[in-house]
Amino acid sequence: MALNMPFLYNGETVLTAAVPLVGIDRFRCEVIEQVARGGRLSALFAAPHHGRLRLYAVLCLPAREQAGIVATEVDAIYPSLTPDCPSAHWFEREIFEQWGVRPQGHPWLKPIRFQPSPRGAAAPTVGVTDFFTMIGEEVHEVAVGPVHAGVIEPGHFRFQCHGETVYHLEISLGYQHRGIERALVGGPCQRTMHYMETIAGDSTVGHAAAYCSVMEALCATTVPLGAEAIRAIAAELERMANHIGDLGAMAGDVGFLPTLNYCGRIRGDVLNMTALICGNRFGRGLLTPSGVRFGLSADRRRLLSERLDAVEKDLDSAVPLMFSAPSVLSRLEGTGTLTADLARQIGLVGVAARACGLAHDARTQLPYALYRFDSLPTATYHTGDCFARAYVRWLELKHSIAFVRWQLAAPVAEDGLVGACDSPGPDRMAVAFTEGWRGEICHVAATDAQGRFEFYKVIDPSFHNWFGLACAMRGQEISDFPLCNKSFNLSYCGHDL
Amino acid sequence: MLRILKARWQQKHRTMPYPAGSLPEMPDRFAGRPVFCGKCRKGCRSCQDACPVEAVRLEGERLTLDMGRCIFCQACAETCSCGALSFSRNPQLAAARREDLNLSADSQARIEALSERARKFFGRSLKLRQVSAGGCNACEADVNVLETPAWDIGRFGIRFVASPRHADGLLVTGPVTNNMRLALEKTYAAVPEPRIVIACGTCAISGGIYAGHPEATGGAGSVLPVDLYIPGCPPHPLTTLDALLRFIGRPVPGYPDGF
Repeated sequence: MALNMPFLYNGETVLTAAVPLVGIDRFRCEVIEQVARGGRLSALFAAPHHGRLRLYAVLCLPAREQAGIVATEVDAIYPSLTPDCPSAHWFEREIFEQWGVRPQGHPWLKPIRFQPSPRGAAAPTVGVTDFFTMIGEEVHEVAVGPVHAGVIEPGHFRFQCHGETVYHLEISLGYQHRGIERALVGGPCQRTMHYMETIAGDSTVGHAAAYCSVMEALCATTVPLGAEAIRAIAAELERMANHIGDLGAMAGDVGFLPTLNYCGRIRGDVLNMTALICGNRFGRGLLTPSGVRFGLSADRRRLLSERLDAVEKDLDSAVPLMFSAPSVLSRLEGTGTLTADLARQIGLVGVAARACGLAHDARTQLPYALYRFDSLPTATYHTGDCFARAYVRWLELKHSIAFVRWQLAAPVAEDGLVGACDSPGPDRMAVAFTEGWRGEICHVAATDAQGRFEFYKVIDPSFHNWFGLACAMRGQEISDFPLCNKSFNLSYCGHDL
Repeated sequence: MLRILKARWQQKHRTMPYPAGSLPEMPDRFAGRPVFCGKCRKGCRSCQDACPVEAVRLEGERLTLDMGRCIFCQACAETCSCGALSFSRNPQLAAARREDLNLSADSQARIEALSERARKFFGRSLKLRQVSAGGCNACEADVNVLETPAWDIGRFGIRFVASPRHADGLLVTGPVTNNMRLALEKTYAAVPEPRIVIACGTCAISGGIYAGHPEATGGAGSVLPVDLYIPGCPPHPLTTLDALLRFIGRPVPGYPDGF
C-alpha cells in the first residue's frame, strides 16, 4: 500500500492541516504496516481538535531516519490496534482511561494512572483494579507497594507465584500522577520549563532538551552550535551519572559491595560536574528554548576535563571488578531474560532494547542537535538478561566519556548562547525525540490558532518499558525481582506524569 | 581478591570531614540562600512577575521571598535591574517553622539547633522512612546520596529504614499527590510515637510548581504535621545534611556572609 503520511525529521514542524486525516481502517493499516516493516510506535494518543477527538500515531522509522505521523477521528469506540500491534496496548489503555474511548478488541482495558476522566467522572481508587490472578493449590499472591523498602518512588507490584517461581507480575502505577499534560495545555507559560525538568527528575536534561526542540520547531528558530555542544555534554553527563548509579545498585543487589560503594560516590562526582556547568546537580536551569543559560569558559572546560579523567580512572577500577567476579556474573547471566522478538513486539526502547540486541537509539536513528554532526556508537549486547543490561550501560559509559572529552576539547563560545525565540506559530504540530539515559523520549505538541498548546504529549521511555519488566520476571524466582527491577530502573513519575 | 584489595587501595578513603574541617566548597553557579542587597526601584515589580511559583512578593517597598515556594530558578534575580535580589551559595536553608522560610531584608542567616525535642529524643539515633509522594526522583536521588561513602550519614546515627515501624519519622518528598495521600497517611500511622515529619524539597513544603493542581494536595503540610522544612529543587545533599544535623542538635559550622 502506498504510504500516505508526512515524514518529519526529528524536531521538525508541520501544519496541523497537513497531517493526513484518514479513516480508522486506513489508520490501522498504516500503523500496523509500518511497525511490521521495522518501524516503532513512538506515540499513540487522543487529543481534542475543534470539538472532535482525534487519534494520532507517531512512528519512528529508522530506515528513513524520520518519524511519520498520521491521524484519524474517533467517537466512543474504534477497532483496537493491540491485537495486530502489541506495542499499542499500553497506549490504548491510556486512551481509554483519559477519554473513555473504547478500543474494541483490546485484551484487557484497565486504568494505568487512576486519574480523573476529563468527562467529569471522579478518579477510581488508585491500585484497586481487576488484577490478573492464578487459582490453584499452593498458588499464592505477593503484593508490594506503593511504599517500597528503599528511597524510591511509589508503585504497586502484584506477583502470582507458585513456590518461589513468578508466573506473572502485574505492575499498577499512577501514584505519582501530578497532572502535567493537563497543566501544559494553553501554554507555554512561566512554569512550562519547570514541568519539563520535573517530569522525571533524573532525566531533567533529556526532557528539557525534547521540550526545547519542540519550541524551536514551533517558533521556527535555531540554536547556536555552542549551545548545542553544551546541551550534548549535559545530556551525556546525565547518562553517565545514572548508568554509574545503576551499575553500583545492581552490584549491591547481588551483594557485591565494592562496586556499589565506589559507584555511589563516582555518580556524585558526575552530578557535581553538571553542577559546575549550571549550579544544579541535575542540570536544572541549564536549557532554555533556543539555547543554554550558562557558557563554558576555557578554565571551566579544563576543570571539567580533569574531573572527567578522575571519574574514568575511578570507574576503570570500580566496574571491571564487578564484571570479573564469578559470583556477580552467575547472578546476572540468564536472569530476567527477554528475547529480541518479544522486545520488538512490545516496543521496548533504550538500554533495555539494546540489551536484547536491538539498535534502538534516537541519537543515531533520528539524529538531532549535536548528534547530527558528532555521532556516538550504539552499544548493544544480545543476551537480553540482567548481565546485558549492565554491560550495555558500561559500554555506553565508555562512549559517553569519550564523547564528552571530545566536546570539552573543542572551544565553545562563551556568549551568544541563546538565540531568538518568540512565540509558537499557530495551527502547527512538532515532534521531538531525544535519547534519555533510559531510552527514547518523545514529545508531541500542537498549537491552536493563537499559538498556545492545544495539547502537549509526553512519552517517557518508561511508558514503553514497564511491561518489559513484567515480561522479564516470568519464570524467575521472586527473589530476583529487585535485581531485575534495578536492571531496568524505570521512572514512576515519568510514566505517571 | 587481590583485584578487590587493589581497587580498595586506589579508591582511597573519601568520606568528607563535614561538619569538622573546612567548609565544603559549593559550585560557583549554585543558587543557595537568597540575599537582599539593595533598594527596589519605585514601581518595579519585575522580580515578582518573573517568579513562576509566586515565591517573590512585593508589599509596598517590602520585598520578601518564600524559600518554601522557591524553586531556585533565579528568574527573579536575572530580571532584577536594581540589584535588590540575588542568590548566595550558602546551602544552609532549613527551618523548623514554616514562617522562618519567608525571608526579607532583615532576616538573619541562623545556624542554631532547630528542635530541642528532636535533640532530646533523636540526638543520637534518627531512623527515617522515606516516602515519595509525587516526587520527581531528584529529591529522592539526592537524599539517597547521603548514604554513599562520600557523605556517610550513618556516622551521625541517621539511617533510612525499610519499615515505618522501625522509623522515628518520615521524610516526605513530592507535592503529595491525591493518589499517594492514603499511603502516606497509613505509613505515618505505622510510625510509633514520638514521631516526626520532614518535608524535603519545595514540592513537599508547598507543592512547588504543582501548587494549585487538583491532582495534588499541595505538600506534606496539608496532610501531616511537619517538624522540619528543607527547601530546594532538589535540596543539595549538604542542605539536607545540615538540616538533619541541626535538627538533632549537632553543632554545624555556619557559612560566612557573602559566601
